[in-house]
Amino acid sequence: MPTVISVKSLVKTYVVGEVEVKALRGVDLEVERGEFLSVTGPSGSGKSTFMHIIGCLDRPTSGQYLLDGQDVSRMTKDQLAAIRNKKIGFVFQGFNLLTRTSALDNVELPLLYGANGMKTAERHKRAMDVLKAVGLENRADHHSNQLSGGQQQRVAIARSLVNQPSILLADEPTGNLDTRTSIEVMEIFQKLNLETGITVILITHEVDIAEYGTRTVAFRDGVVVTDKQNTRRRMAQDELAALPAPTA
Amino acid sequence: MSVFMIIRIAFKALSRNKMRTALTMLGMIIGVAAVITMVALGTGAQTSIDAAVQSAGTNTVIVSAGNFTQGGVRQGQGNASTLIPDDAVAISQLPGILYTAAGSSTRAQMVAGNQNWNTQAQGTDVDLPLINAWPVDDGSFFTTQDVTQAAKVVVLGTVVRDQLFGTDSEPVGQVIQIQHQPFTVVGVMASKGQSSMGQDRDDTVFIPYTTVMKKMRGVTFINNVTVAAAEASQVTAVADRIATLLRVRHKIAPGDPDDFMVRTIEEMASVRKEATQTMTALLASIAGVSLLVGGIGIMNIMLVSVTERTREIGLRMAIGARGRDVLLQFLVEAIVLSLFGGGIGIALGFGVAQGVTLWQGWPTAVSPNAVFLAFGFAAATGVFFGFYPAQKAAALDPIDALRFE
Ligand SMILES: Nc1ncnc2c1ncn2[C@@H]1O[C@H](COP(=O)(O)OP(=O)(O)O)[C@@H](O)[C@H]1O
Ligand SMILES: [Mg+2]
Repeated sequence: MPTVISVKSLVKTYVVGEVEVKALRGVDLEVERGEFLSVTGPSGSGKSTFMHIIGCLDRPTSGQYLLDGQDVSRMTKDQLAAIRNKKIGFVFQGFNLLTRTSALDNVELPLLYGANGMKTAERHKRAMDVLKAVGLENRADHHSNQLSGGQQQRVAIARSLVNQPSILLADEPTGNLDTRTSIEVMEIFQKLNLETGITVILITHEVDIAEYGTRTVAFRDGVVVTDKQNTRRRMAQDELAALPAPTA
Repeated sequence: MSVFMIIRIAFKALSRNKMRTALTMLGMIIGVAAVITMVALGTGAQTSIDAAVQSAGTNTVIVSAGNFTQGGVRQGQGNASTLIPDDAVAISQLPGILYTAAGSSTRAQMVAGNQNWNTQAQGTDVDLPLINAWPVDDGSFFTTQDVTQAAKVVVLGTVVRDQLFGTDSEPVGQVIQIQHQPFTVVGVMASKGQSSMGQDRDDTVFIPYTTVMKKMRGVTFINNVTVAAAEASQVTAVADRIATLLRVRHKIAPGDPDDFMVRTIEEMASVRKEATQTMTALLASIAGVSLLVGGIGIMNIMLVSVTERTREIGLRMAIGARGRDVLLQFLVEAIVLSLFGGGIGIALGFGVAQGVTLWQGWPTAVSPNAVFLAFGFAAATGVFFGFYPAQKAAALDPIDALRFE
């Protein structure tokens, strides 16, 4: 399997007034295409900082980051924006959907940037396709405030997929969801990972959620402390089948 | 990303908060409407002065007794006793002059039966209807014989006719009392309507100037002489000739000021036009201030909007919007706000101007220039006041923006 992400001695230091906060103190990590990597660690251990750099939202203070073999630490802001648009899909804890905007319009958003001259019909079709993939094709016209938390997160996942990225980055995607909905979201991630081969990086402080991945990396104080393949992986589909049907 | 796309995004963003969008536009609407209305009023006044000059005859020269400042003392124009009927006769014999009418006026109470009315009694000569191109509708104007005999005859303006005898009556041959003296009505003027200054020109009566002088005011001087030059091109030359003649007749030493004033209608109109222009500029600049306030309102709302939508901006950046895309989006939002506000403002200003004409009778004219200017100003306001908030949005760090609570 080819390496998608390769970081060496990644350091990120924030300067707050006179104080230096070392969020990352030398991270080395390689992620292969098709992996489902869980990143865990206590709050403040640098998980989000790591994801921001991997997602090209931020640049490291020092160290090297190769994305698909390209050195992105030296790219301009606009180049990074293009990479975020094309190669990376983000899913956030807070969903970050546009309010008073239909699910379809939310999903189409990434297509408005970068995808030059795409026809409206083509955009609709692609947005509908990904909405179908997350099981929300009959909610396309609903506004975000008319959707449940789980549904909103599924819209956000659809949005992250619409540009067919090679990496899906999720920062605490189940943080605002109940147990069952969390499992449903994990099911979508596992299915996407299995069927499309998309690389998934899941950031979570919950150890049991981390078990849905193929491999778990644990952060502590800005460094990787453990890195192991998951021997007993949880499979969301099986767990859902075993659960009683939802009463709502 | 295409401009069309950006405009679409801006429209969607604005339609998400319709109430706020409407209120923001209101400032712009009122500003632009005010400018349009003010300029329309000003332009209307100018046009009607032009029309008045046309109808009064561009060849007209007015000679009035006295001067604004004479011997250091400000004097009411036309009230000095220096102009006499013989001056008018002498003027009429100058070359290049077609008509001459001496004038002596007073306000007077007129009574017909149990109706009475107070108005201006204009003492004048037989040439006046010819100078003003103002025809008699019923009966006829008084004659030269009436003037030499200082006959007690009167020609009524339609307003006076309506007041004394009732609308559409035919009072020719009737006798009315003016200052307790009986006057025979010999004619009724055609209706002339309002002057550019809003005076009703039909609220007047015409009497031979000799009658006004001798039998009503008991004076030997006249107030003014109205003259029509034969050719429009000679108006200035005629005015000069009159001035020279009167200085000789009044024995004014070289270097001493005139004891009369000679002005052409065009001169008088240009003085008034200047006054209206100043007034218009003043009103328009006050209106312009409200336009500026409207622009500041847009900036204020855009700033609030940028803060409120920080997370949205962060998200847009995370999914691939470049700084430039965000800048354009907010800039276009501001421009759309101001252009829509401007457009509605123009329509409203148009309506208000029409309303003023309809209900107040003031002349208005919405000039394409004013519309163009207001619209351009609205667009410029959008760019100017939208740029700072838009730049603020574009300069946001995506991570900080995403974290923003
Ligand atoms: N923008 C920032 N400015 C200053 N300090 C920051 C900033 N972002 C993160 N940090 C600090 O870096 C450390 C790692 O934070 P983060 O990556 O968010 O951890 P995690 O996601 O694991 O909870 C924390 O100590 C946090 O306070
Ligand atoms: Mg975090």
